[in-house]
Amino acid sequence: MNSPALTIQNLSFAYGNKPALDQVSFTVNSGECTLLLGPNGAGKSTLFSLITRLYDSHHGRISLAGFDIKKQSTQALARLGVVFQQTTLDMDLSVIQNLRYHCALHGLSRKAAASRIQEELERLNMFERRFESVRQLNGGHRRRVEIARALLHKPSVLLLDEPTVGLDIPSRQAIVDYVHQLAVDGNIAVLWASHLTDEIYPQDRLVILHKGIIRAQGSVEEVLKTTSADTVNKAFYALTQGEAS
Amino acid sequence: MKLLHFWRAMWGIIWRELWRFLKQKERFISALVRPLIWLFVFAAGFRSALGLAISPPYETYILYEVYITPGLIGMIQLFNGMQSSLSMVYDREMGSMRILMVSPLPRWFLLTSKLIAGTAVSVLQAYVFLLIAWFYEIEAPLEGYLWVLPALLMAGMMLGALGLLLSSFIRQLENFAGVMNFVIFPLFFLSTALYPLWKLKESSELLYTLAYYNPFSQAVELIRFALYGQFNLEAFIYVSVAFVIFMIAAIFGYNPSKGMMTRKGGA
Repeated sequence: MNSPALTIQNLSFAYGNKPALDQVSFTVNSGECTLLLGPNGAGKSTLFSLITRLYDSHHGRISLAGFDIKKQSTQALARLGVVFQQTTLDMDLSVIQNLRYHCALHGLSRKAAASRIQEELERLNMFERRFESVRQLNGGHRRRVEIARALLHKPSVLLLDEPTVGLDIPSRQAIVDYVHQLAVDGNIAVLWASHLTDEIYPQDRLVILHKGIIRAQGSVEEVLKTTSADTVNKAFYALTQGEAS
Repeated sequence: MKLLHFWRAMWGIIWRELWRFLKQKERFISALVRPLIWLFVFAAGFRSALGLAISPPYETYILYEVYITPGLIGMIQLFNGMQSSLSMVYDREMGSMRILMVSPLPRWFLLTSKLIAGTAVSVLQAYVFLLIAWFYEIEAPLEGYLWVLPALLMAGMMLGALGLLLSSFIRQLENFAGVMNFVIFPLFFLSTALYPLWKLKESSELLYTLAYYNPFSQAVELIRFALYGQFNLEAFIYVSVAFVIFMIAAIFGYNPSKGMMTRKGGA
């Protein structure tokens, strides 16, 4: 039984009077991929902003690797790797400069940074391209660099906010495969936000979010059972009342 | 260990800012062209129109170009402070600000580092401008070029903190253009950058009062006196207090639980 690395308890959040999340609770275990599924506007990005502490909620609790995100935010953030939906690389800098900057923010020494950068880039077949400007890379390669960057400080939890948006099918598949393998090999808890059901592996856990409320959660089998559907796509459709894109 | 982490992070932020600045050649050139046009064209044109009496820190009659040089340095720093915050709004829209904000360091430290990085860029610009002015025969005493460094750092930090504060309230780049007009121009024209306070007093008591309490005026005076090897205590206190107020407000603005970030619904 894997231990929970990310715990969300009774989390609620509103933009003014408009509720975005309502009593959201779930856990993400080490060594597992949890897919956070929801149509656009379901509250996925808001949830990610709360986990990364870009926003703060007065209702509910988020615990990351045993640290409370509000009370022990620096310890918690040190164990978190994030790939945001929009690219967050600096286009004016080279691949290696972007990665060194991230290492500096996490306090890695120059030597440790060099070795971690090499390790992560080699795993993604990007080491040869380390001196290239990010601007010269295509979307798939930029995503690879962002994944490498998110792993440099060896996080316990990896968040990916729709990381395959805008990528072609081979690049998408490569990233889906890589991250699933990574969760197992590195014993990392992966929370992957998506609205694409073909990114799900049979062993994944699912959290289906719609209009800020969790409609279903559990293993693929459990979610199918709850909805009496024979595919995740149908289950997702049923749970989100046909609003899935 | 924690201190080492802080040091590495701060150096990383400063290095990134300097590198970006050097790579963006247009930004470097435009930062210099603006004050140089004022110096070569505006000041030359007004040289005969504006007679300046002897007033501290100057010990003799001076040319108008000499008078406005510290004001133009202030202008460089004012634009840079606003441009840094513009880049933060841009970074926030584009996302790279998020990487900074999710790093495991206190937010006040990240913002201060960002501020120091922006100030380092503005000091670099100011010295290049002073070098060009030197060739134009606007020469301060040699030691003045050393004394002006702490004044530039202080003025840069204060104006940068103001920019930071504004950036915490601005959701989109489009809104920023308006703020540039409503912040930069009033600050610059209602200051001692182009004309001394006594001259303003002759025309309007109200303008004089506004210019006197304008923190940009005090930053310009701090630079002006330092460039001539003198310490202006009043300007120093004023700039320090303004810096502390702007910085606290900016940190508040960027605080996820108290500031504007949540209310704006953007990060």
